[in-house]
Amino acid sequence: MGRLRREKILGMDQTDFTLFMRRYGIGLVLVAMCIFLTFASPNFTKPTNLLSILNSVAVNGCIAFGMCVVITGGGIDLSVGSMLALGSVMVGKMLDTTGNNLIACVVCIAICTFFGLINGLLLAKFDLFPFVVTLATQLSIRGIGYLISGGYSEGLSNVKFTNIGIGKSFGIPNAVFFLVAILIVTYILMHQTKFGRYDYAIGGNRAAAIASGVPVFWTTVGTYVFSGFCTGVAAVLMSARINAAQPNIGIGYETDAIAACVIGGTSFAGGISTIPGCMIGILMIGVIYNGMNLLGVNSYWQTILKGLLILLALLLDRFMNRKH
Amino acid sequence: MDSYKYILECHDLSKSFGGTHALSNVDIMIRPGTVHALMGENGAGKSTLMKCIIGLHAQDSGTILFEGEPYNAKTPAEAAMRGVAMVHQELNVEPYLTIAENIYLHREDVSGPFLNKKATLKRAQKLLDDFGFDAPAKMEMQSLPLAKAQMVEIIKAVSQNARLIIMDEPTSSLDSEETEHLFQTIRNLKAQGKTIVYISHRMEEIYQICDDYTVFRDGRSVGTGRVADITSADLITLMVGREVKNVFPKTECEIGETALEVRNLTGKGFTDINFQVHKGEILGLTGLVGAGRSETMNAIFGLAPSISGQIFLEGKELKNRSTTQAIANGIVMVNEDRKRYGLCLMRSLRENISLPNLRARQKKMIVNQKREKKECAQYAKEMTVKSAGLEIEALSLSGGNQQKVVLAKWLMANPKVLILDEPTRGVDVGAKAEIHTQICKLAARGIAVIMISSELPEIMGMSDRILVYHEGRINGEILRNDILSGAATQATILAKEFGQ
Repeated sequence: MGRLRREKILGMDQTDFTLFMRRYGIGLVLVAMCIFLTFASPNFTKPTNLLSILNSVAVNGCIAFGMCVVITGGGIDLSVGSMLALGSVMVGKMLDTTGNNLIACVVCIAICTFFGLINGLLLAKFDLFPFVVTLATQLSIRGIGYLISGGYSEGLSNVKFTNIGIGKSFGIPNAVFFLVAILIVTYILMHQTKFGRYDYAIGGNRAAAIASGVPVFWTTVGTYVFSGFCTGVAAVLMSARINAAQPNIGIGYETDAIAACVIGGTSFAGGISTIPGCMIGILMIGVIYNGMNLLGVNSYWQTILKGLLILLALLLDRFMNRKH
Repeated sequence: MDSYKYILECHDLSKSFGGTHALSNVDIMIRPGTVHALMGENGAGKSTLMKCIIGLHAQDSGTILFEGEPYNAKTPAEAAMRGVAMVHQELNVEPYLTIAENIYLHREDVSGPFLNKKATLKRAQKLLDDFGFDAPAKMEMQSLPLAKAQMVEIIKAVSQNARLIIMDEPTSSLDSEETEHLFQTIRNLKAQGKTIVYISHRMEEIYQICDDYTVFRDGRSVGTGRVADITSADLITLMVGREVKNVFPKTECEIGETALEVRNLTGKGFTDINFQVHKGEILGLTGLVGAGRSETMNAIFGLAPSISGQIFLEGKELKNRSTTQAIANGIVMVNEDRKRYGLCLMRSLRENISLPNLRARQKKMIVNQKREKKECAQYAKEMTVKSAGLEIEALSLSGGNQQKVVLAKWLMANPKVLILDEPTRGVDVGAKAEIHTQICKLAARGIAVIMISSELPEIMGMSDRILVYHEGRINGEILRNDILSGAATQATILAKEFGQ
């Protein structure tokens, strides 16, 4: 087949370059931000600070990767915050009854995955709107968390467990390893397996996916199961970090996860996203918080600025993907 | 009594979309107080003309006079103000509003800032009673059967003081009793001095209800006159005779054993369909839009359910009818709606081509991307896709190239039966010829091809055998030999399409 254009930019074909910019243009914004912070605050580039940024985004990051998979398929999962709380409560219960870290982690992740399955089955089977379904299950899941815990928060006394969230290995916070593991798994899932390809196809054009024989039902269910799984991992990290099993945590966490996806170039209409892009979005949120803390911006302003940043990312996306 | 001879006059009307001339220099005169039939094949220009009149399209050139005055409606609302209304084939109703609210949409009674629902209801009820319509005006639109909903549309048009009412295939979903009732309404409207433009594909209706006719072919009006003065055979002769613009690259190849057999298949839009298609054969399906061709094929491919009947692939009955299973069995379909069913436009060509073909190209759950890239490139090349690589989005390709990508996708699936629904629609002339060549090559490999087309030259030039649909049933079979010998002509096929 004939190549139509051959102009080169930065050693790339023009079409490749456009594609690269569209996908990772937001990365340049992140780089610009980091350069600015390097000059504005001497502490920014210190290794401890950089690691603390990574550490701080770990919980949100895990959730965001699951969210990215769901949004790519044209869905949304609003129940992740409640799952986080229920997962945390389950960790407390399991440590109380068995005292075994592994069982606590497995049960926590399993329960979140299970509710992801419920979400997926409900909306795929009855062809319901994901927004409404997860809005509803979000309430019920949180209720279950309160019911099991009796509404009380419970401190964890198991040092080994809390080590997962606050300890370090090779000088790097443990949570970062979890984040990287989820990043790799999601990357492979979305960019190298047929499940990922089906997910992109369903989000991009559901009718065409059906007409190409894509198993739409199970792929859709799969995305919510994966979101549940990722949230389960996040719940383990979160419980260990706050050293408590709390039924009231995770409120507003879906917003941060969605924000990371959107900043990272995930199209809300479905069908467009990249996992590296999502990682950039996750880092960006971390850098914004960190930068504003270093510069002494108060937390109310931080929230306002985060909202503005999401809008900016959307406008940037619109500008870059003008054809859509 | 009227100061004008014609209620509607169009002079020299032209309209083109891109490079295709949908209307070229059309003249049409409609006498007041008559029912005027518009006839012609699919794509002859009837709908485009009506859309120009109703304000959905703006003509490129030409003038329209309505009641003797210049007329240039830019929106349907403006057309309604002037006294022109249209009852669409796909009804434009608000299903969750009441009959009264539908009739007086945008014309509600108000008292101050509030709706006066009582007044609207009362007005609507009186209107319905005048028409002898036996349903309360407060009923929800969605609970009405189609024939009644259509009547509401007509009543609405009359309530807007429409003098010219356009009806686009109004009887296509009505049974004979409902049709008779509609005709009675049309006669009443005529008695009140209203003018009706009546688009229909049913020959007998034209003779039952219409006074005048105008026949369209290839965007031109090719004949007009009184219905009483023309025979149905002559009407058909007027409609055919589309020029054969290109010669088809049909190659004769050996026709093998039966690949697909359909027995008594019935579903929504088609009844009791029976046919066989053989390896290496190109089976053409033709008929008017809505005759049930696409519906049958969608059912075979698993996109739509069928109610009863059997499908056999190489002698084995297919039970599980999902698209996934159909593709696994080797039945693939190029849909007529390429944007909706053909491609994920924002994804790359490579991903589109490999989408149904990933299963066989993975190792331990991981897609073998090297092999994928190589094979996609190979099939794209075979289908002569012209693009800047395979990583660009499908969106950036022309219609013809997009269609070749869809063909490449299915070629990679190694099909036994290839169903093509209007494979060259929206494709430019050059790409069209290439697609025809590819289709013949695929048949030569022993793939059984079923091709739906509304273009008679295409169907006649490409098919080994033609099945003609009429209102959901197969109304005749024509063999290639009959076409080659001249025993079967476009007129023969068109007569079958019109149910003769």
